[in-house]
Amino acid sequence: MIKKFVVGSFEDEKVLFPAVKNVRRAGYKIHEVYTPFPIHGLDKALGLRETSLHTMGFIYGLLGTATAIGGMGWIFGVDWPLDIGGKPHFPLPAFIPIAFELTVLFSGVGMTWTFCWLCKMMPGVKKHHFNLRSTDDLMTMVIECTEHSNAGEIENFLKENGAIEINTQFAEEGWWFGRYDKDQKLYRTEEVGAVD
Amino acid sequence: MSLLKYESQLREPLIDGDKNYHQVTEDIIGAVEIRPGRAWWIGLCIALALLLFGVYSVYREVAYGIGQWNVHRTVGWGWAITNFVWWIGIGHAGTLISAILLLFGQKWRTGVNRAAEAMTIFAVMCAGMFPIFHVGRVWVAFYLFPYPNSRGPVWPNFNSALLWDVFAVSTYFTISVLFWYTGLLPDVASLRDRAKTKFRKMFYGLCSFGWTGSTKHWQRQESLALVLAGLATPLVLSVHTVVSFDFATSVIPGWHTTIFPPYFVAGAVFSGFAMVQTLLLITRKILHLEDYVTYGHIEAMNKIILVTGSIVGCAYLSELFVSWYSMNTYEWWAYRENRANIFSPYGWAYYGMIFCNVISPQLFWSRKLRRNVTFTFFLAVLVNVGMWFERFVIFVTSIYRDYLPSSWATYYSPSIWEIGFYLGTFGLFFTCYFLFAKFFPVIAAAEIKAILKTSGENYKAKMSDLEEMDTNKFYTEEMEHAH
Repeated sequence: MIKKFVVGSFEDEKVLFPAVKNVRRAGYKIHEVYTPFPIHGLDKALGLRETSLHTMGFIYGLLGTATAIGGMGWIFGVDWPLDIGGKPHFPLPAFIPIAFELTVLFSGVGMTWTFCWLCKMMPGVKKHHFNLRSTDDLMTMVIECTEHSNAGEIENFLKENGAIEINTQFAEEGWWFGRYDKDQKLYRTEEVGAVD
Repeated sequence: MSLLKYESQLREPLIDGDKNYHQVTEDIIGAVEIRPGRAWWIGLCIALALLLFGVYSVYREVAYGIGQWNVHRTVGWGWAITNFVWWIGIGHAGTLISAILLLFGQKWRTGVNRAAEAMTIFAVMCAGMFPIFHVGRVWVAFYLFPYPNSRGPVWPNFNSALLWDVFAVSTYFTISVLFWYTGLLPDVASLRDRAKTKFRKMFYGLCSFGWTGSTKHWQRQESLALVLAGLATPLVLSVHTVVSFDFATSVIPGWHTTIFPPYFVAGAVFSGFAMVQTLLLITRKILHLEDYVTYGHIEAMNKIILVTGSIVGCAYLSELFVSWYSMNTYEWWAYRENRANIFSPYGWAYYGMIFCNVISPQLFWSRKLRRNVTFTFFLAVLVNVGMWFERFVIFVTSIYRDYLPSSWATYYSPSIWEIGFYLGTFGLFFTCYFLFAKFFPVIAAAEIKAILKTSGENYKAKMSDLEEMDTNKFYTEEMEHAH
C-alpha cells in the first residue's frame, strides 16, 4: 500500500536517541529507523519487542536431533539391520557425532531461513529505500503520516530535534519482486496525487 | 551518545587515523569499486594456471584411476589425506575468529573476520576435493550420503568415523557459508546503494536480498549471529575432533591415541591463523587497509599462533612420552624408529615439523617480532609448511612400515598428478579469494562502524581528554546514555 512518509536523517546516534524519545513522546508514529550499523539499545528506545528467532533456532535444533537419532535408529534397527562386527543395532554413543552435526545444521539453516522470511529478504526482492546514505553514514528516521498529521509540522519537529536532511516521500511500504537497476514501482504517479 | 561504551585508554585503538562513518565506507567499500591493479591480475592468472593444472591432474585420476597416484597397499592414504586434513585445519580460523571471539566479546575480530570467514569457506572447499576424488569412482561419491535407494536399500555405516566426517565437514561448510553471508548482507547493500553502473546495481541488488538496515532487521541479524556463533563454537571443535577420529579410532600404532582430538584442534587453529596472517598481510597492503588491520590485530593473531604452537609442541612431547610409557613394542617403535629417528626414511619430515611448528613460533615471545609485518609473513608461511609436515608425519610414518618387514621397502613419494592435485587446490583457493576480494568488501564495514566510536584512534583521543577533565562526570554521563 502506498503511504506518505516524512523522512529525517541524523548524523550522530547521540542526537538520534533523544530525537526518537521526543518523537514518540509527541505521539508520532515511527515507521522505521534505518541505520548503517547495529546500534545497541535502539530497538528498546523504539519500543520493539525482543526477537524470538533464537526460540525458533532451539526448535529447529530439536528437530535435527530427532531426525538424526530417529533416522539412524530406523535404518540400523528396522529397515536393514546389518551385523557390523557384532555391534548393537542401536549404538547411541556412535550416533552422537551425527546427531550433533544435524542439530547444528537444522538449527543454523532453519534460523537463517526464518530470518530471511521475517525480514522479507531473498534474491530478487526490492524495497523502497528512503535514503541511500542509510547504508553509508546516516541514520534515517521515517515517520508515517496519518490523516490527522501535518507533514510540515513533523518536518519542523524533526529539524528541531537535530535532523540534517528532511523530506517527504510517497512510498510502497512492503516489498515486491524487482531489479535494482530498473526504476520499478508498484504504483502510478496519478495514485500519489490521489493520496495527497 | 558519541561514546556508547567506555573503553580503557590502555587498549590501543583498533582503527587508526581520523575516521568517521563515511570515511570507513569510502576506505572499505570504495576499495571494491576501483578497477583492480596489475598485482591482482597477475595473482589471478597464476592462480588460474595452477587451477588448470589441478583440473588436468584430477582428470588423469578420474580417467585412469587411483593408479595415477603413488599410493599403494601399505600407504593407502598418501598426499590426498594429508592435504585434506591440512586444508580443513586451515579452515578453522575463520569460524574461530567470528564465533568464539564474538562470544568472548573480542572487538579486534571485526577487522579480520570477513576475510577469515571467506578463507574458511574456500579452504573447506579445497579440503572436500581430496576425499571426494580419493574414493576412486567419483561419479558415485554421493553413495556417502544416506538416501533411500534402489540397491537394497544400502545404507552407509553410522558406526564409521569416516561417515561422521561426511556429516561434520558438510555441516561445517554450510554453517560457515550462512554465517559469512548473513554478515555480508549489510555491506553488499552498501555497495548496492553506492552503485553507479547498471550491472553493479543489478548484481549487488540481487546479492543484497533487499537489505534495508532497519532496526528490526539489525535486531534479528544480531540475534542470528549470536546463536550461529553459539552453534559454530562447538561445531568448530567437533569438526577437527571427528577428523582426528578417522585415525584415533583405528588400531594403527601412531594413530591409536586419545590425545588426537585436542591436538588436532589446536593444530587447526594454529595453521588457520597462520593462513589468515598470510592472506591479510597481502590484502591490507594491496587494498591499503592498514588503518583497519593494524599492528594490534597482527599482534593479537600472533599471540594465538604462539599459544597454539606451544600446545601443539606439548602434544608432540606427550605422545612421544606416552608411546614409551605404554610399553607397547609397536607403538614405541612407530615413534622411536619411524618418526624421532632422524636417520629413518622420513626423519626429515619429523624434524622439519618440530622446527617449523614448535621452535620457530617461540620467537613470538618478542613483542617487537610480533609487530613486525615481514617477519610475521615469513613465519606464517613457515607455520603452514610445518603443519603440512605434521599431517604428513602422522599419516605416512604410521603406515609406511607395515607389521610385516617384507612390506618395508615401500618408500612413498607422490606422483606428479598427486602434486598437481595439491597445487590445483591452491589455484582454486586463490582464484576464489581473488574474486572475493574484487567483488566483496574484505572487511566488515558495518561492524567497524559499530566499534568506531569506542575503538577509533580519533575518538579515543577525545575520550581521554574528557576522562582527564572530570572522571566522575564523564562516568555518570556516559552511563546514563549507554543503553
